[in-house]
Amino acid sequence: MTTLLCNARLIDPEAGTDCLGAVLLDGAKISAVLTDVSEIEGAKARAAQTLDCGGKCLAPGIVDLGVKVCEPGERHKESFGSAGLAAAAGGVTTIITRPDTLPAIDTPETLEFIRRRANEAAPVHVLPMAALTKGRQGREMTEIGFLLDAGAVAFSDCDHVVRDTKVLSRALTYARSLGALVVGHPQEPTLSAGAAVTSGKFASLRGLPAVSPMAERMGMDRDIALLEMTGARYHADQITTARALPALDRARKNGLDITAGASIHHLTLNELDVADYRTFFKLKPPLRSEDDRLAVVEALASGLIDTLSSMHTPQDEESKRLPYEEAASGAVGLETLLPAALRLVHAGHLDLPALFRALSLNPAKRLGLPCGRLSKGAPADLVVFDPDTPFIMDRYTLRSKSRNTPFDGQRMQGRILATYVSGQQVYGRE
Amino acid sequence: MRFSHKHLLGIEPLAPHEITMILDLAERYVDLNRGHAKHGDALTGLTQINMFFENSTRTQASFELAGMRLGADVMNMSMQASSIKKGETLIDTALTLNAMHPDLLVVRHPHSGAVDLLAQKVNCAVLNAGDGRHEHPTQALLDALTIRRAKGRLHRLSVAICGDIAHSRVARSNILLLGKMENRVKLIGPPTLMPSGIAEFGVEVYQDMAEGLQDVDVVMMLRLQKERMDGGFIPSEREYYHRYGLDAQKLAHAKPDAIVMHPGPMNRGVEIDGTIADDINRSVIQEQVEMGVAVRMAAMDILARNLRATPQEVMA
Repeated sequence: MTTLLCNARLIDPEAGTDCLGAVLLDGAKISAVLTDVSEIEGAKARAAQTLDCGGKCLAPGIVDLGVKVCEPGERHKESFGSAGLAAAAGGVTTIITRPDTLPAIDTPETLEFIRRRANEAAPVHVLPMAALTKGRQGREMTEIGFLLDAGAVAFSDCDHVVRDTKVLSRALTYARSLGALVVGHPQEPTLSAGAAVTSGKFASLRGLPAVSPMAERMGMDRDIALLEMTGARYHADQITTARALPALDRARKNGLDITAGASIHHLTLNELDVADYRTFFKLKPPLRSEDDRLAVVEALASGLIDTLSSMHTPQDEESKRLPYEEAASGAVGLETLLPAALRLVHAGHLDLPALFRALSLNPAKRLGLPCGRLSKGAPADLVVFDPDTPFIMDRYTLRSKSRNTPFDGQRMQGRILATYVSGQQVYGRE
Repeated sequence: MRFSHKHLLGIEPLAPHEITMILDLAERYVDLNRGHAKHGDALTGLTQINMFFENSTRTQASFELAGMRLGADVMNMSMQASSIKKGETLIDTALTLNAMHPDLLVVRHPHSGAVDLLAQKVNCAVLNAGDGRHEHPTQALLDALTIRRAKGRLHRLSVAICGDIAHSRVARSNILLLGKMENRVKLIGPPTLMPSGIAEFGVEVYQDMAEGLQDVDVVMMLRLQKERMDGGFIPSEREYYHRYGLDAQKLAHAKPDAIVMHPGPMNRGVEIDGTIADDINRSVIQEQVEMGVAVRMAAMDILARNLRATPQEVMA
């Protein structure tokens, strides 16, 4: 069956264009992208169904690299069902899940379980990452080959940095032989142990244990040295400080196979947002200074940082309603990723095609997925949104089981109107 | 002039006139405490609960005595031994206590911000008796009262705060208070015991005692918080004492009439020489303890007045 989505602002991250046109869907694929008026008229006549987007934006669906769904282990915080609904409502058409569950996803059997549960419950694509070391303990590498065969798209110990450099170098060497992508968390783990905020005046005023932003650069430097040694494919999950950027730039120029990501919270909030110990703003790594935030935004705009993701981390009320030091880290972000990212567009830091390069195209490219593009033959994973509608975020409207968003009560601009996965509409705003 | 806060959580939110207001009232209570009948009625009929999640002898005794002298019904809860050990969260503990209708809640907690969190969940007035490395407002107020009585003023003084600044809530509250009252604050200590971003606090930072103590009016020593350290901040206690312990030689750099303070408990021979601590011409350490009771009486009295007033009056 063919469906024509017409009268839309087509945001094409590959071509870097933003122009009025139409997209013809045939089954699960995009069969044509049309900008010529006569072609669109012709397509209207032939299409089984025509939907008018009312001049709103149409972009390839978001590929969110690094989402925590709390299955197995903590289904009360988030299940595949609830995460899938949240993703659909947020314009996220592919979730790349993290393995930092209980137990960790470190065997082909648990990975099979994830894939089966995800297919049953979630209306969007779910692709799992697997742990790099068994139990994320940093001692022995996982069965990288079997896990790849079972469908793991990348390997990561998430926020558990592999402390033992020899273990990491072996895992990287082995991963390279299979062409597997390793997702690292650049952080010097002993320097950042126990830290709740970034060091500086704010941390000292609040009397909270703090980590120097330098810990990120040290982690980055070590991982880059290991890449030089092993030649592995590597993606840094989140760069949050200015100091880590020159190292990344040099590594890139030296031809290492390295990419880097940023989290939406570090791009739109800074350390002062923690204010009077607001635990919904407790993240790992912690929120940074405004100078760091701006440097990372600039790096995203210039393309030095490739991907932008939500780092969706559900935490229930009990784990957040504690003294700041004891409270759990992380924030949900699937539904707020696009509205929050539009702040960067409204602030003039980058345009919509550049934003979708970071949200959709680059993560898809890095993982070797065909989605994230607005071109003929690409999967019909799409998001329709109005970048301008203002609203006030109310966390109780979120579809996630956990509602720990730092944007509660904040003014946002930009609404998701519809989400399509494989040509099927999975979300539509009334 | 009004005291426009429901709680006393820190020095940070206080305006200079509010600090003066507490100190002026405390002066009156100093006189009361020195008289024969040490009893007032400002807190008659009110219930004061002291919740100490961290060990304390002097602060808890000071708050207890302050409440009793003003006629409150005082209850001490040692939270170390209670339900918190059974896994109850801080908020549940707060809600349980709140149901017993206390009027004043005095809280000490090992985590920064825990007292703020608790204050959001209860109806009564909350006094912070020290939270983590954040603030210890009544200590700063009693230090201020001691300084004002010894020096005749609380502005345009040069005050040195020496030692373990990083782990000290007393230092944070004192830096804020002395800054608000327009004093020159000098911090002296090894760089490993200085908090990050300290240069932005509007203070002068020294690593050398002789240099930092030059012509100061007040020398405030801090306890080396061994229990808050997770190792490796200083090479040894004897090297620390040699470089940063207050002895007669180092004190000679301060003004001849400079006073010596210490929030206690002291580590004699680690941060302060015993003979200086006991020198009645220089040390005001005992006076600090006395002022502690008076300042806590004043603080609870002022918060209790606000409890009786309508919300509009408090905010006016």
